[in-house]
Amino acid sequence: MNAPLNTHAPATGNTMKLSLGPLLYYWPRQSVLDFYAGIADSPVDIVHLGETVCSRRHELRLDDWLEVAAMLAAAGKEAVLSSQSLIESESDLKTLRRIVGQGDFRVEANDFAAVRLLAEAGRRDWIAGPTLNVFNPHTLELLVESGASRWVVPPEMSGEVLAGLRAALPAPLEAEVFAYGRLPLAHSARCFTARHYNLQKDSCEFRCLGIADGLVLRTREGEPFLTLNGVQTQSARVHNLLGDLPALQPHAEVLRISPQGADSREIIQLFRAALDGQRSPESAFAVSAAHMPAAPCNGFWHGRPGVEQYVAM
Amino acid sequence: MTTASQRIELVCPAGSLPALKTAIDNGADCVYLGFKDATNARNFTGLNFDARQMREGVDYAHARKRKVLLALNTYPQSANWADWTAAVDRAAALGIDAVILADPGLMAYAAKTHPQLRLHLSVQGSATSYEAIAWYHERFGIQRAVLPRVLSLAQVEKVIANSPVEIEVFGFGGLCVMVEGRCALSAYATGESPNCNGACSPGKHVRWEQTPKGMETRLNGILIDRFGADERAGYPTLCKGRFEVNDETYYAIEEPTSLNTLEMLPELARVGVSAIKIEGRQRSPAYVAQVTKVWRAALDRLALDPASFQAQPAWMAELNKVSEGQSHTLGAYYRPWK
Repeated sequence: MNAPLNTHAPATGNTMKLSLGPLLYYWPRQSVLDFYAGIADSPVDIVHLGETVCSRRHELRLDDWLEVAAMLAAAGKEAVLSSQSLIESESDLKTLRRIVGQGDFRVEANDFAAVRLLAEAGRRDWIAGPTLNVFNPHTLELLVESGASRWVVPPEMSGEVLAGLRAALPAPLEAEVFAYGRLPLAHSARCFTARHYNLQKDSCEFRCLGIADGLVLRTREGEPFLTLNGVQTQSARVHNLLGDLPALQPHAEVLRISPQGADSREIIQLFRAALDGQRSPESAFAVSAAHMPAAPCNGFWHGRPGVEQYVAM
Repeated sequence: MTTASQRIELVCPAGSLPALKTAIDNGADCVYLGFKDATNARNFTGLNFDARQMREGVDYAHARKRKVLLALNTYPQSANWADWTAAVDRAAALGIDAVILADPGLMAYAAKTHPQLRLHLSVQGSATSYEAIAWYHERFGIQRAVLPRVLSLAQVEKVIANSPVEIEVFGFGGLCVMVEGRCALSAYATGESPNCNGACSPGKHVRWEQTPKGMETRLNGILIDRFGADERAGYPTLCKGRFEVNDETYYAIEEPTSLNTLEMLPELARVGVSAIKIEGRQRSPAYVAQVTKVWRAALDRLALDPASFQAQPAWMAELNKVSEGQSHTLGAYYRPWK
């Protein structure tokens, strides 16, 4: 099917919002607090907060995240609480109920347990997260009926499929596209970081703490392939759509930057500069290379294997 | 919630008509199968059913009072939506006993168009809690959920105790290490995913190559493993290769191994599991026969005398013969695996 262009897109690029995805790694408490203090005056519009990967991580508890959210809201940001992707235990559900129960901030639902609780609570402002597997307009409409007012496109979805989906929606809905960072590819009950250190998850000694960007997994030829981040497996390459901004802009209202490396602020500034026309997408992409912890990729956006760096001719 | 005395259904894989008949003949209560296209999560060349074969399969099963479940458990997109709804319509027309779905939009279609059609939530729906399961039950009236292979036995018990529907769990076969429905590893490496294409590490991207360093297996050019002369080279499922992390080379994600919960059968019955699923629609009729026979014997023994049930060494030996890597694990049911 030829994907028709979306008609609800903003007329100019500079209405595009930038969001910071949830921090997927486990950093020491003070590093996290310092990181978000630095985000408060960065040109990002939306900040996702909370632990989405592993319930054992506890450097910040929900009350701490709420404080960070309040600080960012005071700085003019939209703060969103992101829910855990894999719900296993009663205590996971307890945390989820607390996140849904607070009324100060919007919630990103990353599992259908969150969808049910948000719908039951009558919330009409939540965000359908990237792990809900929304691949068609019928499913998305069901979530809108249940109160979703923005959705995050699954990272594996191509631009063409996204355009087709949006064109088939009866009413426009804000779409957020994963535009920068190592791709979250899979979740497991098993912790691969603990496994690497010959430990079990229940007695993991919190070895992922301080592995700032995860453990790189290489093929036996030494080629970086994946990244082990506790129970989450990511790409080794950094998904980077800076060079694809002109094609991307008609199909999204929000671009997500996943905290990655030490230079999230610089990456945010590059996206903002490219969106505002202060820098060409090509130049922004070229400059971003100095800030990336690994080689770039963008295959998913082009309907190809995600690992590829695809340059349209 | 079910009780231990309630009979556990044995749900067996049928990747072909001969496999279906073999499963039924060896004591399967249900078989599950798929059409020859991307509407199901085992979309492999030479596998699955065309309309005529499915008619014959359904008749064969129903004549013997067994059930047929149809997996339509991939995620349709705008451009191919009509293929998935047509598949639901065909299932209803064929008298399929239940369809196994993952996509909420498709469930809404099935519930509205064929209210008499029984719906099961596929493992690809990634529902790991009773809250998630309740959503599908309330919205679409699903009557059974298949749990992803991520919960410990105690967690399975909690889900069953609080769920409004029957719970089916995986008992034997290839082991997905990742939460089913939440894995884009294959899409990342090959562009084809279980979610959208019904395939993981698909054969057309596989290359076997004898090199001076050994037999190398590649997926879309990416080296998944390398085997010495004394090693048996396995299929390059990408999460079961050997990789390097911090200069150590090992099975960083999982070894080639199969799930086998036969030893846990009394516990699975005690916590109220309604059905046990055997994985392996891509396997041969011989595999289906062997595994079905052992599990039928085990379930019959359990029903007869639950107190003294023990997994017999002969059963375990039979199952190990057809296991990936000739080894088995209890997977996430056993907490230390995590």
